[in-house]
Amino acid sequence: MLGILGKKIGMTRIYDEKGLVVPVTVVEAGPCPVLQVKREATDGYCALQIGFGSKKAKNTTKAELGHLKKAGAAPQKIVRELRVDDTGEFEAGGNVDVSIFEPGDIVDVTGVSKGRGFAGAIKRHNSSRGPESHGSRYHRRPGSMGASSDPSRVFKGKKSPGQMGAKRSTTQGMRVVKVDKERNVLVLRGAVPGHNSGYVLIHKSAKAAAKAARHAKK
Amino acid sequence: MSNLLEEISKEHLKTEVVDFRAGDRLRVAVRIVEGDKERIQNFEGLCIARRGGGLNATFTVRRTSHGVSMERIFPLHSPRVDSITVLRQGHVRRSKLYYLRDLTGKKARLSETRRKRLDRGTMVAVPGAQAPQAAATPEPEAPPVEAAAEPEAPAEAPAETAAEEKSE
Repeated sequence: MLGILGKKIGMTRIYDEKGLVVPVTVVEAGPCPVLQVKREATDGYCALQIGFGSKKAKNTTKAELGHLKKAGAAPQKIVRELRVDDTGEFEAGGNVDVSIFEPGDIVDVTGVSKGRGFAGAIKRHNSSRGPESHGSRYHRRPGSMGASSDPSRVFKGKKSPGQMGAKRSTTQGMRVVKVDKERNVLVLRGAVPGHNSGYVLIHKSAKAAAKAARHAKK
Repeated sequence: MSNLLEEISKEHLKTEVVDFRAGDRLRVAVRIVEGDKERIQNFEGLCIARRGGGLNATFTVRRTSHGVSMERIFPLHSPRVDSITVLRQGHVRRSKLYYLRDLTGKKARLSETRRKRLDRGTMVAVPGAQAPQAAATPEPEAPPVEAAAEPEAPAEAPAETAAEEKSE
């Protein structure tokens, strides 16, 4: 899906034309230089390779610099490949900017969720806690591990404590409220995964596209 | 807060808001949209709290009618809040008057303010808001700023005065 890389700036609220409050996330997105265009003929599939953010040349490998040189781009902090059905008019050396979106578009936003560290079952899986007192001795434990001699093991997928967050996460079906081409800003309704100034990938919604295709068939 | 976030919020901020604080009797003119018709409805009551800054600022108005109390929380910068009129400046010693919820009748009264306050109905410029209409000329914005600055802190930010009260 065609998309754009960006940086989460933070959340605020704005008012819509009816005067109602809309909770929004402000994302600074693009312009992302197109580093490589993969085509059916040459690569066996269609994709765009785009970059975002800057880093120092001295922190960039020579292999990377050579690759960037072909597109005439500066060193990029993050580089992502987006599978597209049609590479369209995009060429290596060109840019993808926020104008690929319009207010009202439905998008999916992928980012790295906030890390919660090694979390217990209560925080991680929303399980209930035990009583605090009356000699309960069962406070925040994960509960039964399963039956006894049959099956004599713990089933896979048992909800246990472990690392929570800091994991790739996608929020689907977010609405674009505003596109500011001058400031390269997208304003999206709702919350986006990750902390402020985290990198996010905003791409056209898979579900919305599938729905549109279904309607087109009818 | 990052600059970009401020810039986006700026477009939605009201340029000036009437000076009021917890303890004031307010008349809030609320825009109500019914179908394609729009009318103004007044909600009159006591402001018992102001909270939040910038676009997130809200205030709570409490009123009692026919023995039933109700509270409404208004976003300060909502376009649905058409105007706010201060009817009376009450004398209070804290910024959140939640204790009034437990009081009724004569005990729930407040006396007139004894503090030095801006004149009732003075408009105060919202910090960080866009200049009204003519963005090129900062003059139309300047006078309310000066007016607010003259009597020192009380009007500038209600949060500040709240802090002052505590130290008193």
